Amino acid sequence: MTVILNQSFTGISIGAVLLLIALGLTLTFGQMGVINMAHGEFIMAGAYTTYVLQKSISGAGVSLLVALPLAFLVAGAMGALLEWLLIRRLYTRPLDTLLVTWGVSLMLQQLARDIFGAPNVQTRAPDLLTGNISVGGITFANNRLFILGLALLCVLGLTLILRLTPLGRRIRAVVQNRDLAEVSGIATERVDRTTFFIGSGLAGVAGVALTLVGPIGPTMGTNYIVDAFLVVVVGGVAQLKGSVITAFALGVLQSVLEYSTTVSVAKVVVLVAIVAFLQWRPQGLYTLRTRSLA
Amino acid sequence: MTTTTTPSAKTAPVAQPSASLLERLRVPGAFLLGAVLLIGVAPLALSDFRLNLLAKYLCYAIVAVGVSLAWGRGGLLVLGQGVFFGLGGYAMAMHLKLTDAAATGQTLPDFMQLYGTGDTLPWWWQPFANPLFALAMTVLLPMAVAALLGFFVFRRRVKGAYFAILSQALAAALAIWLVGQQATTGGTNGLTDMRGFFGYDLNDPVNQRMVYFVIAAVLLLLMAAARQLFVSRYGELLVAVRDSEERVRFLGYDPANVKLVAYVVAAGMAGLAGALFVPAVGIISPALIGIVPSIGFVIGAAVGGRASLVGAVLGAIAVAWAQSTLSDAFPAAWTYLQGLLFVLAVGFLPGGLASLASVVRKRRTPTTTTPTPTGGTA
Repeated sequence: MTVILNQSFTGISIGAVLLLIALGLTLTFGQMGVINMAHGEFIMAGAYTTYVLQKSISGAGVSLLVALPLAFLVAGAMGALLEWLLIRRLYTRPLDTLLVTWGVSLMLQQLARDIFGAPNVQTRAPDLLTGNISVGGITFANNRLFILGLALLCVLGLTLILRLTPLGRRIRAVVQNRDLAEVSGIATERVDRTTFFIGSGLAGVAGVALTLVGPIGPTMGTNYIVDAFLVVVVGGVAQLKGSVITAFALGVLQSVLEYSTTVSVAKVVVLVAIVAFLQWRPQGLYTLRTRSLA
Repeated sequence: MTTTTTPSAKTAPVAQPSASLLERLRVPGAFLLGAVLLIGVAPLALSDFRLNLLAKYLCYAIVAVGVSLAWGRGGLLVLGQGVFFGLGGYAMAMHLKLTDAAATGQTLPDFMQLYGTGDTLPWWWQPFANPLFALAMTVLLPMAVAALLGFFVFRRRVKGAYFAILSQALAAALAIWLVGQQATTGGTNGLTDMRGFFGYDLNDPVNQRMVYFVIAAVLLLLMAAARQLFVSRYGELLVAVRDSEERVRFLGYDPANVKLVAYVVAAGMAGLAGALFVPAVGIISPALIGIVPSIGFVIGAAVGGRASLVGAVLGAIAVAWAQSTLSDAFPAAWTYLQGLLFVLAVGFLPGGLASLASVVRKRRTPTTTTPTPTGGTA
């Protein structure tokens, strides 16, 4: 029983990482139909921001707290720049955004290699986040709990922004009907850029979280990007709750399968499960009702 | 000159009946020129080493023929061609490893004796000892996998980015699975050190030349076949599905089947390319078929021109050539260039280099509208 519970917690913590990464993607993919392959490199940017901060700020805890907002800004700025330079020219060709941003991601990886070197680097975790808490025989790693809390906080913050602020209303209007939003006087271009800023910024926050569980390297984004996209595909675009449920479901499924088989078999089974799921709901778990034929 | 009608003109609704002789000989002429260059000139002009490199590029070009069909004509962004390339390559390599082992009186390939857990050959290796079975599997296995995924995906109208991501996830899953099965697939190392090829010694330069000729001939044949497919009724239907799937559905066709055929044929071509890659290069490993190489298969076609068969093939060869010449000397510069090529070609020249002439022409005379196929809608 404790084995199952422990494994479930591992799954939930994998899910929390996935959720953090997929949250920004849901926003950019959902609103603009942009498939941003460079999202993984924004994660990397967030992770390297933490690394650089630790070099200048001695306290690991303080640097982590400073890194969170700073990584958001760094990755967000990169995202807004990418949107302004390339993506806004490609809104009519969503599939091509995938390929163009892949080219960008290649260049960003090389840039990281040139600046920070090809080998992985490591950050120190604050003392508070290195231990474990044991409750009723189940061991919770503190850093995993922190990531879980961070992911939920991000979901909460994003939900509040989308539901309560004027910006959120504008974003939702553009998602639901871009043309109608445009003729209603919403500056859709500016909304797009802001959305991209927030979505990419969340990738930066995810990058800070990832420094707590693994090494930081130029290819770290590639390791997560496909899984994160699968979360968005299964969750359905434009709905946060779809991503939340899917991220945790995939995380738990992955970890349970890894326990009973091997990592590689688990990957294959998860993929088969996703294809099977799409037979039932081709548009993902939650979809916006539209009148479009597609 | 108007009295002779070539058989291809009947099946080609796009061919203009009043086309001049020069116009009508353009395609066969270009094909003949390519054949002379590949089969006649290249083996004489190039050293053994360079010819072997060219053989490798031509394998990528074979994949590009399929990419041009599925992506350029069908709008299906196939990001997982590495899967099919790998299945074909592994099927071929498994057979070669088994015959190598049998030649030295062993029952197990050399890597299995090192890492393997038992003395018996895994059951799924055993049929690959049969040359006919192995050869058939290099094409049929990729086609079967593509048919299975395509059937479930297209039937439920999962399309666009969703399809691209699923095909990419398949590439990731296969690469991870292969790495995980160290004992039976060679793991990260893959299958290497093939010595014989159906009774011929692969280390002999003469036989390497023969392998080159086989690859060049297969490429030319597949290009001719793809060209026929493009101008056929099916080719028209495929373009129609790409441009407006709903309209095709309302006309009474099933777009799912149309897309499935393109995906499966492209997979078969990639499988064949993988099978030919093994004797030419002597290795197949997960690093050659994962996400990055899978997207690499698309890069060449995108740079050369996804919708143009010749453009996609030349693009694949050019990018592969640039990669091997530049990546050794300037690895960093090459990665930047690769990314930049992709951004510029896809972002600003969606028809690839093949469309450069028509784009320039359009700039000069803005009245003529030649739509450049982008293939980004389906």
